[in-house]
Amino acid sequence: MHASGFSVCFFIALVGFSCAKNEPPDIELTKPSNTVLKAEHQWPVSFGFGRTATKKEIDSLNIEVGPDGIGLPPGSGTVNEGRIIYAAKCAACHGKNGKEGPEDILVAPYGASNPFKYGEAVGIGNYWPYATTLYDYINRAMPFNAPGSLTSAEVYHLTAFLLYRNRLIDSTFIVRADNLSSIQMPARKLFVNDDRQGGPGIR
Amino acid sequence: MSSKINISRRKLLGGAATAAVVLAQTTFGKIQKAVPVSELGNPTKIPGKLVGTIGTRSPFETPTKVTGSSLSLTPLQDLYGSITPSDLHYERHHAGVPTIDPAKYELLIHGMVEKPMIFNLRDLKRLPSVSRTMFLECCGNFLVFGFKKPATTPQEVYGMTSQSEWTGVMLSTLLREVGVDSKAKWFLAEGSDAAVMSRSIPLSKGLDDAMIVYAQNGEAIRPEQGYPARLLLPGWEGNTSVKWIRRIELSDRPFMTREETAKYSDILKGGKIRQFSFEMEAKSIITFPAYPAKVEKGWIEIRGIAWSGRGKIVRVEVSTDVGKSWYPAELQTPILDKAHTTFRYLWNWNGQTTEIMSRAIDETGYIQPFFKDLVDVRGDVTGYHFNPITKWVVHNNGDVFINEDAKGW
Repeated sequence: MHASGFSVCFFIALVGFSCAKNEPPDIELTKPSNTVLKAEHQWPVSFGFGRTATKKEIDSLNIEVGPDGIGLPPGSGTVNEGRIIYAAKCAACHGKNGKEGPEDILVAPYGASNPFKYGEAVGIGNYWPYATTLYDYINRAMPFNAPGSLTSAEVYHLTAFLLYRNRLIDSTFIVRADNLSSIQMPARKLFVNDDRQGGPGIR
Repeated sequence: MSSKINISRRKLLGGAATAAVVLAQTTFGKIQKAVPVSELGNPTKIPGKLVGTIGTRSPFETPTKVTGSSLSLTPLQDLYGSITPSDLHYERHHAGVPTIDPAKYELLIHGMVEKPMIFNLRDLKRLPSVSRTMFLECCGNFLVFGFKKPATTPQEVYGMTSQSEWTGVMLSTLLREVGVDSKAKWFLAEGSDAAVMSRSIPLSKGLDDAMIVYAQNGEAIRPEQGYPARLLLPGWEGNTSVKWIRRIELSDRPFMTREETAKYSDILKGGKIRQFSFEMEAKSIITFPAYPAKVEKGWIEIRGIAWSGRGKIVRVEVSTDVGKSWYPAELQTPILDKAHTTFRYLWNWNGQTTEIMSRAIDETGYIQPFFKDLVDVRGDVTGYHFNPITKWVVHNNGDVFINEDAKGW
């Protein structure tokens, strides 16, 4: 009884002290402040967050290869070298001949199968519109169990081998940074941009 | 009824006995104790479990994703309303879920910009933030495992769509910081997963409604959805919303990555391959009644979700007579842009076998098509961007199975 009475008094004293110390800051809260940015047009030119990237930092991540060949490192690849690397590092997933799977079919020469017919083989020869994509994709994501482990020379060799198996180059062709983008890919002419626009009808 | 099904399924799956936590009296006081559901007594006579530092799902509720080797499907038939619980969000990744230290996370923006910059996670969170509730959907979202049997769930039909409230910074805010070259037309978005996922995105989308998000449904984004930060492109095929994003490079042309040439392009009847087909067209699906639900004659509230990557859903129509007549369903407001919209339609079932179905109409006037009409125009080779009406056969014994239109898919 005595103890709880003491507690109540102490509580009231604390509240009273707290109110007395913190006067309601009515002026600051109700007056518009010029530091409250309500719309983008009031934003500063720059918030100043983040930092400038150095060339070294950009180069360490800038791995992509464009359809014009921009981004390809110096180097070259041959069909015969590629055949050996393929057997060692790719065949387990894509099949001995690039047709058997169990993962994606790689070898499907243009004209040998019809990609527009359900169940027929679809691969690099009859579906891939740019040869540069081979280098880019193998380099960034393959082999599946050790991504990013191939040297640029190995990627060039594999690119050459897969282009050859899809009848896109002959067996003596040497793939290089300055000729990969000019290899003719017959599937490219099949590609069209999206023509769906909403509204009634199916496209 | 559903708890019995779920408990037995859970036992089958994991062998773990369903148990509830209650307070039990011991000589040392009350302790929390797990007891089998069969031994649960009157809950008003047993003190309940104590507060915890993290919430739990009821032991009677065990919604789970259906998984494939590199994807998982949201259990649409087990959900209510329009939000997907974060742990039930669908997944699709090309080389697994990376573990990224948020303290080391960086986003590089370079290429055709005035000042190439690196933003760490703290920088992203300091910039003006935006929250948006929207769906995210894989463009392969239709019977991803094929048509196998009439006993197919909404999850197996359209479970690669999920909805969250996302929070982050507008990409336009970041692009404002780096300064965009007037000749830039595209950007490459690249992830830091083992696939180093990469897509070319029109800059116009980046300046419109694209976001870099770091939060999902009020907490940090989940690893499966891109922790610590991902790109988010409202209404566009999920693959373009690159997860674990590490780099954005502006350019005057697309990069022609594998994911926009030899994947995610639509092989169409007539000999054309449609590329950069970003927008997700309107869909809807009845999630109740649908397999595995069993229904009784009388009043049934037909429920489902509708969504469109082109804007708002303006109407959902329901047919309960095999598509002969269609009636507008009630839409739950607020109807959000590019977001799951819940619909419902009260139906007094006479107990006769029939087919029920829904179709979505979006603000562009686009009407969700029948499977057959879609195949007539596009053929059946492409697995992408198929959005047909789903028909459910309600049998006179109360069983509900999917119609066999898509047999062979």
